[in-house]
Amino acid sequence: MEVIFFPLIVAKMSELQDFERRLSAVIERIYNGSAKLAAADRLSGGASQETWLLSLTGTDSPPDIILRRAPAATAATPESNAIGLSNEAQLIAKAAEAGVPVPKVLYVLEKCDGLGEGFFMTRVSGETIARRILRDERFGQARAALPGQCGTALAGIHSISPTGIEALKVSGGLDQLKRYDETYQTTGIRRPVFDLAVVWLQDNAPKPLPPVLVHGDFRLGNIMVDETGLASVLDWELAHLGDPREDIAWMCVNSWRFGQSENRLGGFGDVEALLSAYAEAGGASFTPADIDWWEILGSLKWGIMCMMMYESYRSGAAPNVERAAIGRRVSETEIDLMNLLEKQ
Amino acid sequence: MYNQPSVAELVEAVKTFVDETAMPELTGRSAFHARVASNVLGTISRDIRARETNDAEERARLQLLLDLPDEEELSVLNDELSRRLRAREISANSAKLMSHLKKTAIAQVKVDQPSYSGLLQALKEV
Repeated sequence: MEVIFFPLIVAKMSELQDFERRLSAVIERIYNGSAKLAAADRLSGGASQETWLLSLTGTDSPPDIILRRAPAATAATPESNAIGLSNEAQLIAKAAEAGVPVPKVLYVLEKCDGLGEGFFMTRVSGETIARRILRDERFGQARAALPGQCGTALAGIHSISPTGIEALKVSGGLDQLKRYDETYQTTGIRRPVFDLAVVWLQDNAPKPLPPVLVHGDFRLGNIMVDETGLASVLDWELAHLGDPREDIAWMCVNSWRFGQSENRLGGFGDVEALLSAYAEAGGASFTPADIDWWEILGSLKWGIMCMMMYESYRSGAAPNVERAAIGRRVSETEIDLMNLLEKQ
Repeated sequence: MYNQPSVAELVEAVKTFVDETAMPELTGRSAFHARVASNVLGTISRDIRARETNDAEERARLQLLLDLPDEEELSVLNDELSRRLRAREISANSAKLMSHLKKTAIAQVKVDQPSYSGLLQALKEV
């Protein structure tokens, strides 16, 4: 067995050494030789995207920075909705100009760096785990401030001009409904609550608004929160051009209230507070009822996403217990859809 | 076939092992997957206990709702309900439809995720 695996292990080791060598070279170049890479720790990420914490030594550099990266072999699969990391970096820079709290992009990887697609950004400290943000005493003040801060941030995001980022696609409410419905139908599994929701959404669609830049995954888990509230908006890969109500409603979807159903906005606050801050910061004026259709669409989308994640288990693409188990989360969206549709 | 221990008892025994022996030994990603596995074993136990009754009740409601008293197959009944919903032959205006779908969802979430917040809300309103 050793004979077969030894060359593989050597190949893996040299791949890692190669990665660290190239990383060191880029860092020394960015900081004109005044900073060196001390350590690179993989934080998280799926098969296609990685997040690394890079510790630096040097006088002119921060002690640590973040690398978001897709190795060359897996960068930008055509079937995914993600916009790709170099576009994400451009978007984060535009968001900063619009006054949205985001990490600072330090450097965007180039082909000659040999590290795939990705970028370096500053490390923002804070918490992303929703259950801690919702329950820990130290975030009490943050929870009170978040609805207004999220409203202001969303108004900023929705004001960003998408010029120059060609990867951004237009995707309105009915476009998404159609795409998710097709995905649901290809599974061949019938869940009548979803058929009810699809038909109801088709028949009750609000008039679309002119498309704006939409974050696409604005919810607890994808924002960094510190004791004073919103520290940073993260995870821009699902950004697109669409209806501003989509972003507001996504945070209200019951699955993203993490058990605190009584607070419609993310489990921590009232959507009214978000909406008034949103309007005050230059966004359109919406009432809570304007968000209903989008919240129902959001629950349906999450339900179909859970079905798809289970499909990736069933097909053998992701044979782990988490992917199998998520198939049993489809029913949470069925009950949420029934709770919502009953009130319409 | 013998039934001692029953499938339910075996699952309980494995869950106890995962919770009390394996999980405390694990860290990081493995600990996370162990917690998921433990939750799955809970779902299996509840599924074993509830499936027969839940299926019978769902079938009876569908037969009545769709006026198909002789159709026994749940998947056929649900396919037919989906078809009628798509054809707009039945809609959210039907109290009987809404009651059936809600009862079915409640029974399912009680098995899949009995502490889910949406379930508690649904039970309050029934």
